[in-house]
Amino acid sequence: MFKFLLRRSDLPLDRDAHSQFLPWLIAFMVFLAVLAMAGMLMLNSVAERWDQGVTGTLTVQIAPSEDSSEDDIRLRAALTVLASTKAIDRYEVMSDSRVLKLLEPWLGGIANSDELPLPRLIDVELHSGAVLDSKQLAERLAAKVPGSSVDDHRVWLERLVNLIRTVQTLATLVLVFIAFATVGTVIFTTRTGLAVHREAIEVLHLIGAQDAYIAQQFSRRALSLGLTGGFLGLILGVPTLIGIGFLVGRMDGFLMPGLHLATYHWVIVGLLPIGVAVIAMVTARLTVLRSLGQML
Amino acid sequence: MEAASDEAIARFENVGLRYGLGPEVLRDVSFALPKGSFHFLIGESGAGKSSLLKLIYLALKPSRGLISLFGNDIAVTPRQKLPALRRRVGVVFQEFRLLNHLSAFDNVALPLRVSGAKEGLVRKHVSELLAWVGLESHMEARPPTLSGGQQQRVSIARAIIARPRLLLADEPTGNVDDVMGFRLMHLFEELNRLGTTVVIATHNMQVVERLGHGRLLLDEGFLTVKPPRPIPDPAATGKDLISDGEKKALAVAEAAAVADPFGNFPGDDETFGDPASLENYL
Repeated sequence: MFKFLLRRSDLPLDRDAHSQFLPWLIAFMVFLAVLAMAGMLMLNSVAERWDQGVTGTLTVQIAPSEDSSEDDIRLRAALTVLASTKAIDRYEVMSDSRVLKLLEPWLGGIANSDELPLPRLIDVELHSGAVLDSKQLAERLAAKVPGSSVDDHRVWLERLVNLIRTVQTLATLVLVFIAFATVGTVIFTTRTGLAVHREAIEVLHLIGAQDAYIAQQFSRRALSLGLTGGFLGLILGVPTLIGIGFLVGRMDGFLMPGLHLATYHWVIVGLLPIGVAVIAMVTARLTVLRSLGQML
Repeated sequence: MEAASDEAIARFENVGLRYGLGPEVLRDVSFALPKGSFHFLIGESGAGKSSLLKLIYLALKPSRGLISLFGNDIAVTPRQKLPALRRRVGVVFQEFRLLNHLSAFDNVALPLRVSGAKEGLVRKHVSELLAWVGLESHMEARPPTLSGGQQQRVSIARAIIARPRLLLADEPTGNVDDVMGFRLMHLFEELNRLGTTVVIATHNMQVVERLGHGRLLLDEGFLTVKPPRPIPDPAATGKDLISDGEKKALAVAEAAAVADPFGNFPGDDETFGDPASLENYL
C-alpha cells in the first residue's frame, strides 16, 4: 500500500527487514489514538451539553410533610415565591409519575406515590442571561415554606465536568505518548537504516548528493509506511468505535446523554493516520539530516 | 595531452592528515594540479595515496593546512556548497563502490540524478555512455553479475557521466591484467586530451614509466612533485622495466591502444566505443 510514494529509490529501503514491523506498530498506535481522540471529542460534546442543559435551570424541592394535606398548601406558597421572582422565566411542578421515574434507578419500581412519601419538585427555568442568587431564593422559600431547598445543580455539575476534564486530559496525554512513541520508533528505524545503508549513502554523498536528496528517500519511505500503518489502525479503530457507540446507545441516556461522534469528529479521526504519517515523515527527514550533518 | 594552463584545479598548502590521535599519514603536502594536467600519484602501499585522493574528493578533512578546490578554500566553504564541488570531481574508486542493488544503468545515472537532471536526459546520456563502454547489453545487469572489467567500466562511466573537470582514479589497474591496464590508461589520456584534469593513483611503475606524465611521489607521508618527462627508451637506458612475459602482451596492447585507445584487443570481448562519440559527449 502507498508504494507509489516511493517512486525510484537509490537506496534499497523497501528490502529492510527492520522496517517491516513499522506499519504494524503505527497501526497499533493509530488504533489507540483513534480511541483516545474519539473519547476526547465525545466527552467534550457531553460536557458542553451538560453545561448548556443545566445552566439557567434549578430545581426547588419541598420535602413531604407528615400531614399530606399540607403539601399542596406548601406547594402553592412556593409557587407564589417563584412567581414573584423576576429572573424566573417559567416553572413547572413535576408530576408524581416523573418523580417516581427519577427515583427508579435507586429505589426500583414503585407502583404509586402512596407507597412512599414523595417530595414535590419544581423545575425552574431562568430568563436567558438572567442571574439569580440561588442562596437568597432558598432563604425566601424557607421563610415561607419550611423544609424547602433549592438545587442549582452546580455542585454535581462541577464534579461531573471536572471528571470529564480529567478523562480528557488523560486522553490528551495518551495522544502525546502515542506521538512520542511514533517519533521514537521512526528515529530508531531510520538510524538502523542509516547504519545498514552506510556504504551506499557514503557513495551518494561522495558523488555530490545533497543531504536533502538522501533524506528525501528515507522520508518518503517513512510516509509510505506511516500511511499504510495509519490506515490499518483506522480500519481496526472505526469498527471498535461503532461497537462502543452501540453499547453506549443501549445505556440509559441520563448519565451519557447523546454519546456519539458528529461528522466533524469523524473527519478529525479520519485525519489521524495522515497526521501520524506526516510525523513519521518529518521525523525520518530530521533524523537523516542530523546524521548526515556530521559528515564532511 | 592538452597543455596545462596556470589555473589550478586543486591546490594543497602544507596539508597534514592524521587519523584520530595516530601519527600523521600526510605531512606538509603542497602541490597544485594545473587545469588540464595529468598526474600519476605513486608511492609504496600505505604511503598515503588513497588518503591524499580522499582529501581531494572531499571525503576527509585535513588536520592542518589549506586545500583549495576549483578556487574554493575548503576550510571556509559552507558545508551546503560542498556537494556542488564534489559533482565536478569524478572518482573511480579502488573497489569500484558500485551499488549492488542497482542496475549498471542506475549506477551510472546516479551523478546525474543527484544533480537533479531530468529523467529523459539521464536516459539519453547514460545509454550513450554505457554503449560507448561496451555495456549496452548489460544495462539492466546488477554489478555482482558483471565481471571485474565490466564493473570497472561501469565505475568509469559513473565517474565521467557528469562531465567532471577533475577525474581521480585509485589503483584502476590493480584488478586488471596489463593489457586492460594499458587500455584504461589510454582511455584516461583520451579524457585528459578532451580537457579533464586527471590524477591516477597507482603502484604500477611500468605504466608510469612508459607514459611519462607528471608524478606526485608520496614517501612516508611527504610529497614530491616530479614534472612530465620523455618516455624512456629501454635500449638507451639499458633498463627493462617489465618482464619478458609481460613485454609481449604489452607490445600488442600498447600498439593497439595507441592506434585506437577504444578499440578491440585480440582475444578481448570487452570493447570501448568510438573516441569521437566520447568527444561529442564530453
